[in-house]
Amino acid sequence: MGELEVEKHVKYILLVEKRKDDFESVVMEHLRMNGAYWGLTTLDLLGKLETVDTEEVVSWVMKCQHESGGFGGNVGHDPHLLYTLSSVQVLALFDKINVLDTDRVSNYIAGLQNDDGSFSGDMWGEVDTRFSYIAICCLSLLHHLDKINVEKAVKYIVSCKNLDGGFGCTPGGESHAGQVFCCVGALSITGSLHHIDKDLLGWWLCERQVKSGGLNGRPEKLPDVCYSWWVLSSLIMIDRVHWIDKEKLVKFILDCQDKENGGISDRPDDAVDVYHTYFGVAGLSLLEYPGLKAIDPAYALPVDVVNRIFFGR
Amino acid sequence: MHGRPRKAPTPEEENASSLKATKLRSLQSQFLQNHHSKNYTKEALEISAKLLESNPEFYTAWNYRKLAVEHNLKQSETGTDPDSIESIIDEELRVAESALRRNFKSYGAWYHRKWVLRKGHTSTDRELQLLEAFQKRDARNFHAWNYRRFIAALMDRSDAEELLYTTDMINKNFSNYSAWHNRSVLLSHLLEKRAQGFFPKEKVLTDEYDLVHQALFTDPDDQSGWFYHLWLLDQTVKVETPLLISSWPANGVDLNVSSDSFPLILYFSEAVEGVNSSTISVESAWDANKDLFWRPLSANNSGSAQAWVAHLDFPNEKPESLKSFPVKVSLGHSQGIVSSNGFHYAHPSCFEFTVCVRPQNKEHDPRQSIEMISWRDENFHVNETHFQVSSDPIKYFDQLKIDENSEPTGSKWHLKTIANEIALFRELLSEINCKIGKLTLARLLTAHDAMMPYTKSPDAYEMIHFEEVLELYSNLMKLDPAHSRYYKDEYSLVLFQQVASSRESLLKHCFLYGGSTGSSINNYICLRLNNLSLSRIGSVQKLLWVQMLDLSHNELQSIEGLEAMQLLSCLNLSNNKLGSFTALEPLRLLKSLKVLDISYNEIGAHSVDTRRYLCSSPLSHTAGSDWNFDEFAVSGVKVTNYWEAFSIFKGLNLTQLDIVGNAIPDEKFKLFLFRLLPSLKWLDGEELH
Ligand SMILES: [Zn+2]
Repeated sequence: MGELEVEKHVKYILLVEKRKDDFESVVMEHLRMNGAYWGLTTLDLLGKLETVDTEEVVSWVMKCQHESGGFGGNVGHDPHLLYTLSSVQVLALFDKINVLDTDRVSNYIAGLQNDDGSFSGDMWGEVDTRFSYIAICCLSLLHHLDKINVEKAVKYIVSCKNLDGGFGCTPGGESHAGQVFCCVGALSITGSLHHIDKDLLGWWLCERQVKSGGLNGRPEKLPDVCYSWWVLSSLIMIDRVHWIDKEKLVKFILDCQDKENGGISDRPDDAVDVYHTYFGVAGLSLLEYPGLKAIDPAYALPVDVVNRIFFGR
Repeated sequence: MHGRPRKAPTPEEENASSLKATKLRSLQSQFLQNHHSKNYTKEALEISAKLLESNPEFYTAWNYRKLAVEHNLKQSETGTDPDSIESIIDEELRVAESALRRNFKSYGAWYHRKWVLRKGHTSTDRELQLLEAFQKRDARNFHAWNYRRFIAALMDRSDAEELLYTTDMINKNFSNYSAWHNRSVLLSHLLEKRAQGFFPKEKVLTDEYDLVHQALFTDPDDQSGWFYHLWLLDQTVKVETPLLISSWPANGVDLNVSSDSFPLILYFSEAVEGVNSSTISVESAWDANKDLFWRPLSANNSGSAQAWVAHLDFPNEKPESLKSFPVKVSLGHSQGIVSSNGFHYAHPSCFEFTVCVRPQNKEHDPRQSIEMISWRDENFHVNETHFQVSSDPIKYFDQLKIDENSEPTGSKWHLKTIANEIALFRELLSEINCKIGKLTLARLLTAHDAMMPYTKSPDAYEMIHFEEVLELYSNLMKLDPAHSRYYKDEYSLVLFQQVASSRESLLKHCFLYGGSTGSSINNYICLRLNNLSLSRIGSVQKLLWVQMLDLSHNELQSIEGLEAMQLLSCLNLSNNKLGSFTALEPLRLLKSLKVLDISYNEIGAHSVDTRRYLCSSPLSHTAGSDWNFDEFAVSGVKVTNYWEAFSIFKGLNLTQLDIVGNAIPDEKFKLFLFRLLPSLKWLDGEELH
């Protein structure tokens, strides 16, 4: 089994940050804020966040904020919860949440809660449990969870629970590891994990591990590095991560590295991207791979960052 | 980002890519300009359509088109725009469709289509056809399935009709988890409504078993049918209304207590809320016990728990009169106790016991008389005769008497169905050695056994399948090593059931503690479940009487369940796999705990804390608002670094703690512990002064 190519991944991430002209970068332009979060969190987990110019990042993030308080995926793009969470997370990495008018951001998020407790992603009304997670996670990081009706929010999430113990996008939606993470994460942050049948969900999640050691996101699907995060973090939050073979998973993730140019891909020998590089490294952190900073399974930020926010300095 | 091969692009490819990038970039900037200047002309709309057709994920462009639709609809309503409403809507459907053809996993494109259809003005007839095309391409696309549910609701299609669609999909290909999933959703609705053709439930479930057997037996390695079968099993055996399954004191106990207060514990078949002095009536000679305060025994603040406790007070007025007083507890006579699924406790029941308050020796300072408890083998004795005395709590271990009058949970149909399934899976296993067959058989046998206590009299109560189930799980550990610790956990639960299944099996693990003479702990009965490779705790409802428990030399990484054992005063958890202080959360609720051994565990050895969100803390907004670290400050230490230990120990009154052999090297931590636990007299075998 190979080792984690820390230096090469750092180089790769810094390169992607700068690259703006190839087709891939143009196609991804609308979610550059997510990209920033993935890249910068990876750097922090690898212990290399100091290579980044804090002021440059903070001022760019703030340029993406709208009057409403929400953030867009890039300068000039519409505000949406997806990018608002990434913005807050990026600022948290640099201990710069204080540059925000947290009231205004929180009001934007709270304003997207619907009568049934669910959340819309933006003013256009698409509802999804992903947005419930984002709203709850973000408000908690900003210490403003009291701005929403938490009880209703939890009730809506629980209404998306399925026979297999997992969760879908909306009531009746099929369980999907990404969605499971969102719902388990939201229930964790609101102290509501008692709504989960940990054994039932734990079994569904641990059966995501396939022969190669990788994890898939739904039954009878191919394994993919990004599920290392979605599945592992969920298993950790419900204390069932010992139900999978961690060594095999470490090997699968390491096998997905581009050992020449850095970066991690979805499966061995596929093209790498920042998204999978982040989920690979974060997955290894959850697997206690030596030399990596620990990441918090619910807030998806390094543990020291989360502890700083909730336990002070 | 998915499924693209990793290879360096050729110069030609690089050229082509940069050409495409330039084109797309120009479209994007033109579009953003139009968006910011609120330009909704035909030409501007055309640019956004082109952009979305080549990059359906460009969400701002969908937003722009929605703004344009609203703008243009308003125009056409006021008659200044020649475009009819219909053509505006049609154009949106066209753009969404061609974007979906480009990328049928695009959230934005699917949602745009929904948004347009919700406006009305158009027929939904074409939607099912379109869906069929997409579902043919990918029968598992969850966007398409979600959209299907949306359309079915919009078109008012019945659940029964949609159920037929899932039957078709499943018959085409058993390996369609999405179809099985949707089937479970629809069938749940239909069963709940008792829709025509879906009643009685027994008949429906029997047909479903037949269907899923075909899938399971065609390809036992395919997971699609597994979870559906497990759901059917759950539908078959689950008792909808919550039941009281045990209590402390148990029905019929003559209890001798030396203190003037003791816990009354109720243990339900599932987590319930609404246990309070109006739903539980307690009749005793003392008024003080009328308005009892009931506390849920769970880590969170949910107000729901499987076990509940209240403390009964018996003023020790006349110590010389050793009179027994009857206590009667009844519940279920008024509504209010509700399970998480919304079912009410519906079996009015009651139990009775007597209490005799013995005079206390209060002559000296309790701290003076505290002796160190030693868990060494030589201090534990087998003493059969002692266990015969009338105060023997184990004598009453079988608390199932409570349910004597209630309906049996297993009807003939239930038992027959489970027996059928057992026979079928045994047959499968005689032909092939497969994991899901073994696991299902183990679950079926466990389900079968769980139904037995209600159909047999307590005396004949005998679980016949323990050995077979244990054998199956040991087998599975070898057959499927990647999940071996799942099977190990299940194995432990069965082992607990076996130990707690009868008085005889329990007695094998009961010993008298006899350390040095004069200790108040002397003659405690200790339940010793050490050295059994247990990885988790179960059957706690049968162990509520335990005061002294030895779980050392196991593989426990969680002690979930112990919180119900309110009588525990001495607990040995040494030489296990507890990975953090947060794993000790259940102890926070054990107010009578005095002696705790957590030496030689893995506390502090892990960077990942798997109990971080299962314990109360500021991270989950379940605790912390009243935490005052300052009171326990130790100079030169960030006490907040010890929040986990703080949260566990601050409410305990331990006199003895063994903590050596964990990854807690800090001497300052010990100073912190002393402040936190002023009652502590022994730490790691050394007396404190
Ligand atoms: Zn992926």
